[in-house]
Amino acid sequence: MTHHRKLVWSAAVLAAFSCVILFAGFFAPYDFAAQDRDTPFAPPTAIHFMDASGRLHVRPFVYGPRDSAQTPPIAEAASVQPYPLRWFVPGAPYKIAGVFTSRTHLFGVAQPARIFLMGSDAYGRDQFSRFLYGGQISLLAGLIAAILSVSIGILAGGIAGYYGGWLDEILMRGGELFLALPWLYLLFAMRAALPLHISQWQVFLLLISVMGLIGWARPARLIRGVVLSAKERNFVLAARGFGASDAYLLRRHVLPQTYAVLLTQITLLVPQYVLAEVTLTFLGLGVGEPMPSWGALLSSLQQYSVLSSYWWMFLPALLLIPLFVVFYAAADALQELHKSVPL
Amino acid sequence: MGKIRRWRACLVLIAIFCASAVARALPPQTDEERMTASAATGHAGGRLVVALRSEPKTLNPALALDEPSRDVIRCLTADLIHINRGSLKTEPSLAKSWSVSKDGRQYTLQLRRGVRFSDGQLFNADDVLFSFQVYLDEKVDSSQRDLLVVGGKPITVTKMDDYTVRFELAQPYAAAERLFDSIAILPRHLLENTYQSGSFSQAWSLSMPSNQFAGLGPFRLKEYVAGQRVVLERNPYYWKSDRAGIQLPYLNEVTFLFVPSEDAQVIRFQAGDTDVLSRFSADNFAVLQKQQSQKGYHLDDLGAGLEYNFLFFNLNAPGSNLPPEIARKQAWFQDLRFRQAVSAAIDREGIVRLVYSGRATPIWDQVTPGNKLWLDEKIAHPQRSLDRARELLKSAGFSWKSDGALVDSRGEHVEFSILTSSSNAQRTKIATIIQDDLSQLGMTVQVVPLEFHAMVDRLLNTHNYEAAMMGLVSGDADPTSEMNVWLSSGETHLWRPRQEKPATPWESEMDRLMQEQLVTLDYAKRKKLYDRVQEIVAEELPVICLVSPNILVGAANRVGNFRPAILVPYALWNIEELYVQ
Repeated sequence: MTHHRKLVWSAAVLAAFSCVILFAGFFAPYDFAAQDRDTPFAPPTAIHFMDASGRLHVRPFVYGPRDSAQTPPIAEAASVQPYPLRWFVPGAPYKIAGVFTSRTHLFGVAQPARIFLMGSDAYGRDQFSRFLYGGQISLLAGLIAAILSVSIGILAGGIAGYYGGWLDEILMRGGELFLALPWLYLLFAMRAALPLHISQWQVFLLLISVMGLIGWARPARLIRGVVLSAKERNFVLAARGFGASDAYLLRRHVLPQTYAVLLTQITLLVPQYVLAEVTLTFLGLGVGEPMPSWGALLSSLQQYSVLSSYWWMFLPALLLIPLFVVFYAAADALQELHKSVPL
Repeated sequence: MGKIRRWRACLVLIAIFCASAVARALPPQTDEERMTASAATGHAGGRLVVALRSEPKTLNPALALDEPSRDVIRCLTADLIHINRGSLKTEPSLAKSWSVSKDGRQYTLQLRRGVRFSDGQLFNADDVLFSFQVYLDEKVDSSQRDLLVVGGKPITVTKMDDYTVRFELAQPYAAAERLFDSIAILPRHLLENTYQSGSFSQAWSLSMPSNQFAGLGPFRLKEYVAGQRVVLERNPYYWKSDRAGIQLPYLNEVTFLFVPSEDAQVIRFQAGDTDVLSRFSADNFAVLQKQQSQKGYHLDDLGAGLEYNFLFFNLNAPGSNLPPEIARKQAWFQDLRFRQAVSAAIDREGIVRLVYSGRATPIWDQVTPGNKLWLDEKIAHPQRSLDRARELLKSAGFSWKSDGALVDSRGEHVEFSILTSSSNAQRTKIATIIQDDLSQLGMTVQVVPLEFHAMVDRLLNTHNYEAAMMGLVSGDADPTSEMNVWLSSGETHLWRPRQEKPATPWESEMDRLMQEQLVTLDYAKRKKLYDRVQEIVAEELPVICLVSPNILVGAANRVGNFRPAILVPYALWNIEELYVQ
């Protein structure tokens, strides 16, 4: 039953996290593209309960900017006036599910104070907001690409395993070819062949199809293995003896046995594809500025000056670690569950 | 056989080594006309380590195009007349003096006598003749050739005697003396055969044996290890000495390490592996500054250099195989008010602050504050104003939809892309800031980082782009080095290159001004002409000038006589005078 519990809590965490990402506009205090040119590379804003005179505030607060005319680019939070943290504040407009427009944000502080939970980037944009919005692209692209490659995997692996013979040879050798291709250069060539500016949607579809098409061979191999053993089982042979058609056998008896493997594969592939998006963004195949993605957030760490001076730029990367751990926990639980259920 | 040859080379090296040890102690031979350097005196000996971004492609001065090759060649060769990077004025080099005829078309140069190449052979007028023959040969295709063609005709060189050469120009040429800078004199005795046999383009690759190489520079080639380093050693025959009469250079050895990225170079410098650092970003300057006091190095911010960064639109003639999409958008780009609005909306101060941490200067025309001789002080520096930008757009027939999107008189949304070079992080950052600035006017702008060569191909050949960000650095402060940019027929007349005749009245005025300043000898008159060019650029905005980054350099404290300058090569221009303590 512990597997069950593990599965439940990891699924709950993932669902909660996806919910936050889905409603990023509500949870993020700022728009992902809003630049505050007075505060590039601002460290995370300190949230206080006690002011300088030692008085305790019921409402947590942040300090406003000291003076906008300061020349050193890093703004310090120590300042004159406290700005209390408020809930459900109006702010920059955003869209829910691409349809409804809303202005209400979960939390915020009054201007000119700023609340940067994870600091700000080179343009003074809120990293926390960018992290949430970035998840929309990265997580969704990862999920859809994982489903895509697993679907192709089911088709190819199922057919190859079930029918065997020359079909098996062609499909599996084809899969090996895909594994062996030098993808980096193909991607470069692809970028060169594409028109100059591609819309965000096209980029998104491109990301999904690139990752999905590259990744089908591994799940296909796994599924072929499962199908190979499943089709020899007695009840399958019995059903065949009763005159069941191939389509019926595959649908009713063989493929259901691969579902647990599939689910495990998807949970394993999603974090992999989120990281693949990092690489693609670096190659110029990802979403362009000012759209955030997790890949774009991580790519700023490639500069020595950022790496050595601004520790909060690591936060998006650090946050991804527990997320991936949960993903793998879910995969693990699914795997164990699959083992313990008798066929 | 190979062994014997190696032994012989060793013996030669030992002999040279002994000779150099003796030469330094001895006063110059009586027939040698040495030049006295101006810097404070230093100590002889020691070694300097410098990083190069990549391996030099060649050591052949006529073929070198990349910065690392030129950096090394500069240490190995010498020119006739030199631009002193410190004063930005010309000074004698291999030519000890020169005279100009009254019409400004004849230059007679007196060469230094008794000067020897780094292999010990004497230098004379024949080497000069040979060098210019090579540079002017169309088959060699040297990058210097363009400079040496004045008024459509190549410069002619005649030998008057062994130590006098006369250069004749087709028309008077204001910056003629400056032409000779960085034109390396080649040794005829080593290269003539190769040149005659037509294999000059293979001569002086990095992998040649070092005894096939000889130059007139302070150093000569010692060793090249592929993928790692080039080592230069002191040229024992160098023709400069310091004020105390000690023969230069002070250093025994210069090592160029190949360190591929800027970040890696900064780390190596920080660790003390290299002694001199130039061409690095303001971000890294800030990182290095933090440890300046603990580690043994110091940093210099020399202020604005000669580089100017700008945004420009595709103004190429419609019809000439432009994609229809771009031709349609040109209706906006051609409208001066549109370009003015874009210029007014850009937050130059913000760019200086965010991209360069304050280590840059906003500019409104192509001459930077670093170029004090030619800067036109009268050019206005309007503050950023979105209101003014909106007014300009309104007067040009643009309007806004209810959601704030800018549309033209036909109702089409204003949307375009800006090309930048993906290898230049700063320029991509500038473009991202401009993207945000222009979105406040309701324009949708995409930033498209492309590989540099792919980008240049689009700009100059296919014209398949809408707008682009570029930066140009002149090799010299003189406007003549910018002829190619501002003449409408120029190769790098970026917004509309290689025009047969100027497309607009202001371009034809600019052509006239640039041609006139080229043949005017009086500085005040030239300045007036070039001021007008700057005014045209600021008024007509063929390029929207944005910022000029400061020149940043660093050197280990033990390096003496370190006097960085705002001209290329910022740090090592006086390498013969550098010494280590």
